[in-house]
Amino acid sequence: MKTLKEIQPGATVSVAKIHGGGALKRRIMDMGITKGTELFVRKIAPLGDPIEIQVRGYELSIRKVEAENIELI
Amino acid sequence: MKIALVGNPNCGKTTMFNDLTGSSQYVGNWPGVTVEKKEGRLKGHKDVIITDLPGIYSLSPYTLEEVVSRNYLIHERPDAIINLVDGTNLERNLYLTTQVVELGIPTVIALNMIDVVKKSGDKINVKKLADELGCPVIETSAVKGTGSMAAAEKAIDLAAETVNPAKQIFSKEVEVSIASISSLVKEHFEPERLRWYAVKFFERDEKVLAGAILSEELRAKLDTIVSQAEKNFEDDSESIITNERYDYIASILEDTLHKKGRKLTASDKIDRIVTNRFLSLPIFAGIIWLVYYISVTTLGTIVTDWTNDTLFGGWITEGANHFLKVIGTADWLNGLIVDGIIGGVGTVLGFVPQMLILFFFLSILEDSGYMARVAFIMDRIFRRFGLSGKSFIPILISSGCGVPGIMATRTIENEKDRKMTIMLTTFIPCGAKLTIITMIVTTFFPGSTWIAPAMYFLGLTMIAVSGIILKKTRLFAGDPAPFVMELPSYRLPSPKGVVIHMWERGKHFIFKAGTIIFIACGLIWFLSSFGWNMRMVDDIDQSILATLGQLISWFFAPLGFGTWKGAVATISALVAKENAIGTLAVLSGVSDESNTQALIAGVGSMFTGVSALSFMLFNLFNPPCFAAIGATSREMGGIKWTFIALGYQTLLGYSIAFVTYQLGSVFFLGKSFGFGSILALIIVAFVLYMLLRPAPRSTDIKLRSTGAHA
Repeated sequence: MKTLKEIQPGATVSVAKIHGGGALKRRIMDMGITKGTELFVRKIAPLGDPIEIQVRGYELSIRKVEAENIELI
Repeated sequence: MKIALVGNPNCGKTTMFNDLTGSSQYVGNWPGVTVEKKEGRLKGHKDVIITDLPGIYSLSPYTLEEVVSRNYLIHERPDAIINLVDGTNLERNLYLTTQVVELGIPTVIALNMIDVVKKSGDKINVKKLADELGCPVIETSAVKGTGSMAAAEKAIDLAAETVNPAKQIFSKEVEVSIASISSLVKEHFEPERLRWYAVKFFERDEKVLAGAILSEELRAKLDTIVSQAEKNFEDDSESIITNERYDYIASILEDTLHKKGRKLTASDKIDRIVTNRFLSLPIFAGIIWLVYYISVTTLGTIVTDWTNDTLFGGWITEGANHFLKVIGTADWLNGLIVDGIIGGVGTVLGFVPQMLILFFFLSILEDSGYMARVAFIMDRIFRRFGLSGKSFIPILISSGCGVPGIMATRTIENEKDRKMTIMLTTFIPCGAKLTIITMIVTTFFPGSTWIAPAMYFLGLTMIAVSGIILKKTRLFAGDPAPFVMELPSYRLPSPKGVVIHMWERGKHFIFKAGTIIFIACGLIWFLSSFGWNMRMVDDIDQSILATLGQLISWFFAPLGFGTWKGAVATISALVAKENAIGTLAVLSGVSDESNTQALIAGVGSMFTGVSALSFMLFNLFNPPCFAAIGATSREMGGIKWTFIALGYQTLLGYSIAFVTYQLGSVFFLGKSFGFGSILALIIVAFVLYMLLRPAPRSTDIKLRSTGAHA
């Protein structure tokens, strides 16, 4: 299973499924990361975590633990 | 009539709210929670009240802000809603809109930042958008002050009309399920709110289900419908709805939004440099240094000194003295007014200009979008202590003064993170505590260069240690708040917005903390100036305070300064930390505080090196001054949390001082190993245990394991 956590900056990926549940899953989806959404991984924070992605035309920061719940195609 | 302002964070809500209400605002907290509640009367319409709801992305049941907002919308039912939508980020902003229109309340969409949209070359077909969403769309630019009034007037007009039922936006299968749910529960709800409830039941929204009065039989029926849909979609119902909302938005934007080919915007270019892997930390350090340098060490100190020494110390005190002499009031009244109230409140108000300067820069950092990047850069470090990247700024500011530091926690959205930061941020020595450090060092450890820096290091360590320990307690345990955070585009902050933000933070302090300090100063003055016979005393030794000091001095005996003088100095330090020095000077009979030799001799005779260290540590880590306690109480939004914070701070300060004194006496003063030192070792062992024990039901692990199972 490939997740957002492993993606290097500069890559564009597509979301297959969001794992987990409850508040975290809802928050991720509320911010626009839903099935089929394209994500562009912009950069990793200077200390290695979190990561910055572009989704639906805006920038979003997400921790690696959370990015692990986003499965990619 | 009530109109609610709803919208995402960073969409210009505060600016529009100020535009609409002018100066007629009242800010408080929502009942029971520390989420800010702002209301104001619409300019030119005395009967219209605008309520500014917290900035939210969704009406989900998971965050406090969202629950507060939707409870207000459902139960208080405003007559109309103005939904602010950031035109430069339509896709995500409309997601909230699709939920708001289901509430059955007349809604106007204020398409904000339209000036920026036009400048970028993007085209939005406003008429078509209004048709698709089923509610009027007004173009606005809150920063430029255009359109806000038109939106408000439209909302007033709409409130009088009947609401259009919300459009069916989901796929056929989902709509069929929602229709079945609607027909099952339609007797229980008014027709205009039926759709909201039907969708919530479909989502299995726990909060709505718990609040609804439905028979078991009905609940079972609803469950069957939802389970069937979940099976067909192979997904949970909440996610089905979220997915379909975004699909719907994407489909309407295809016809209504024409984006000019996306180039690298100015914001992208700035971000490339500012959060660059190698440059980000130096740039960050530079910006923080600059803000700190200007507002704490240079300009800030100049204005604070001026306010304290010239304005309050000179002009106002002299003026009041003169005035009171002219009208011929009693001596004790002069004393109360000049020494007690003007002196005490003046000391505290002296911080105001400095604080406003600091808030001015913080508002610039925030409005420009840089603050979110600070959190992005620092998150990795602070997360380990149960805090988030956003806790960095309050801690930094607290090294200047704890009061603005505590106030700066307002930028932390997450309730637990915010409370924890408020509790811990004053552990970093502030400017006033530095005077205690300086005095103790020059008196007892002359020539030592490491003790002062070590106190800052110890402060940071205590923040980290406390964070780790507290995170494992029931108070702060629970799912870590998702750190899925928007990084807003960089913007040139508008002067108007910056001033509004600066003033909003500053005025809380001036008005609210001011009242507590006012009373406290009067009280301390009274206790230190009067004896039990209710006559003024010349010698503080005979004051009520001295007797009270004796009464509580036993409390400080295990710390090594169990004389009433040590006790009184500690209490007076609560008014303002630098008072500890002044009080010690007065109590040791040194009339001239600037006479360093005499002060050293006088204070030196009161303590041993070890008890001096213990005295310093206790005053650094016990609850901060009244001004900061006032700010804590305001920001915690309740007696319970204020006491938890003060209790923890007292406990920590006491423990550190106790361990230092007891063990220090054994190692340096050759005291025999006794009950006190054993207790000190037990405390150390207990702290180590709390620090190292595994978190009970660690949620970090739980999150990871769900990821692995799924």
